[in-house]
Amino acid sequence: MARAVRILLAKPGLDGHDRGVKVVARALRDAGCEVIYTGLHQTPEMIVAAAVQEDVDAIGLSILSGAHNVLFPRVTALLAEQGAAEIAVFGGGIIPEEDVPGLAEAGIRRVFCPGTSLSEIVQWVKEHIRPRGVAA
Amino acid sequence: MQTLSGIPVKVVYTADDLAGLPGGGDPGTPGEYPYTRGIHPTMYRGRLWTMRQFAGFGTAEDTNRRFHYLLEQGQTGLSVAFDMPTLMGYDSDHPRALGEVGREGVAVDSLADMEVLFAGIPLDRVTTSMTINAPANVLLAMYVAMADRRGIPRDMLGGTTQTDMLKEFIAQKEWIVPPRPSLRLIQDMLVFGTRELPRWNVISISGYHIREAGSTAVQELAFTLADGIAYVEAGLAAGLDVDAFAPRLSFFFDVHNDFFEEIAKFRAARRTWARIMRERFGAKEPRSWWLRTHAQTAGVSLTAQQPLNNIARVAIQALAAVLGGTQSLHTNSMDETYALPTEEAVTVALRTQQILAHESGVRATVDPLGGSYFVEALTSSMEEAAWEYIRKIDQMGGMVAAVEAGYPQREIAEASYRFQQQVERRERIIVGVNEFGAADEPAIPILRIDPETERRQAARTRDLRASRDNARVEGSLDALRRAARDGGNTMEHVLECVKAYATLGEVCDVFRGVYGEYREPAFI
Repeated sequence: MARAVRILLAKPGLDGHDRGVKVVARALRDAGCEVIYTGLHQTPEMIVAAAVQEDVDAIGLSILSGAHNVLFPRVTALLAEQGAAEIAVFGGGIIPEEDVPGLAEAGIRRVFCPGTSLSEIVQWVKEHIRPRGVAA
Repeated sequence: MQTLSGIPVKVVYTADDLAGLPGGGDPGTPGEYPYTRGIHPTMYRGRLWTMRQFAGFGTAEDTNRRFHYLLEQGQTGLSVAFDMPTLMGYDSDHPRALGEVGREGVAVDSLADMEVLFAGIPLDRVTTSMTINAPANVLLAMYVAMADRRGIPRDMLGGTTQTDMLKEFIAQKEWIVPPRPSLRLIQDMLVFGTRELPRWNVISISGYHIREAGSTAVQELAFTLADGIAYVEAGLAAGLDVDAFAPRLSFFFDVHNDFFEEIAKFRAARRTWARIMRERFGAKEPRSWWLRTHAQTAGVSLTAQQPLNNIARVAIQALAAVLGGTQSLHTNSMDETYALPTEEAVTVALRTQQILAHESGVRATVDPLGGSYFVEALTSSMEEAAWEYIRKIDQMGGMVAAVEAGYPQREIAEASYRFQQQVERRERIIVGVNEFGAADEPAIPILRIDPETERRQAARTRDLRASRDNARVEGSLDALRRAARDGGNTMEHVLECVKAYATLGEVCDVFRGVYGEYREPAFI
């Protein structure tokens, strides 16, 4: 039997708004994922190091401060540098629709904008994130 | 049916519901202890609430322009939003500030930025509220230094620094040093403020962020009052007389969608605080018994879907705050789930308050819902539920110990998940979100922050470090370090540092060096 999907949820940057990320963490856990939460105020370097060390299948980033255009691409760039580009990155927060194409170009697989329901996030993770090393 | 906090609500309330309450449910008279009906006998006839819109973005120049605009539109007080690096005590050129400068508020790195932020603003005639907590001592020192320089007497300075670190550890999560040294720095501010700034509210004990983090109204009420108890104890431990500083403690509550529950919350808050101050702390001055409060409509209740609907939500919430007897009010803008508000959106929000004040007639009568069977019963239920939490926190050794144990943090996380599940299961309807959706929603305009802001602001701070008297800066930072380490009030030293144009980051580095940085244990 395939192992459970392992997901690192992370709060890059300085904003302390963690209601959303905690609610998502519980929902993904209830949906059968293994969830690791970094806690607040993480640098991209700290997040990537944790992802590699924990051998996760995906990283979910949450930002509500508006720093996503700088910090999200930094995470994907660092993953590539470390040869860990196969770890999928998705994110959410106070992110305007018009920023999504730029983030997609930077390798962010999916961006959940304001107003997303929990079930949408859980559904997307179920459909798109597979345990690495296991045939999809 | 239940309120948003889960308090059961009956179909109809009668005189029988009051008969069972203490004192037969008589709420007393406005302006008299325990102030259930308001702290003033004439309320808004005597003085209208202050319309105070929270604003801040980009550089000090950008926000200074917004302040002038808001004052021209009839706003009566200022409220400064600082950006994330400022809230965490980092300068704009610090690596951790990357991508954050000027995004969620204004960047203030030094007294030089503060002077630009308040250019042309008469500090002796407006009151200024600053939402700043971990580095509140530094920002307050900058404000005082600016007034000193302009020749404005310190006793003319009116305003508020939020300075509520307990709710930061509980909910908003912008911190520098751990809880106990944070309390020590707050004690220094209390002592300084009590001596020097008779019109300044040194601490604004805030439930707002607790609620926004997902708590119920009852948790917001209880945790806020428990935080207040901890600050009064801190002031007493610093050797202050309770009646010397308690009148300058102010409060800040959220006002959410459940109309009557919110009104009851304000009434219960006043009554409970009056009892705490008089019975628990033996305060003798009526002003020490008063719970004076700012209110803000609930950002967390706004929806990304059909954003114009938010104007209606904000109007209902604002009405509840006014019927609850708030002293000042911020109304949120409809576009805040996307970005900081545009000028148009913030104007509609301010106009909503002006319509309430000048068209609705609600300002004419004090506590018009006083004596309502339902509102009195609900007020009592909320007070009882709050006491239950306060007793539990007392048993844990007070709020500082409770925060260290993660107790309020966990209670809030659970309440927030419970609520979200109810929404997902459609047990709670949110218009435009899980019911009454629209297929095609036109986009609304949003405020963009120029990415150049960060580069310009960082360069300004680097230039400042090159042009100031660095020997004076070092000397003042050393003196502060000694006071922080060995005891002695740190405030005069912080004031010396900012007058020498030491930066916010440099001053906060002193505290980080002496007390260490706080790291929250991560739990879900």
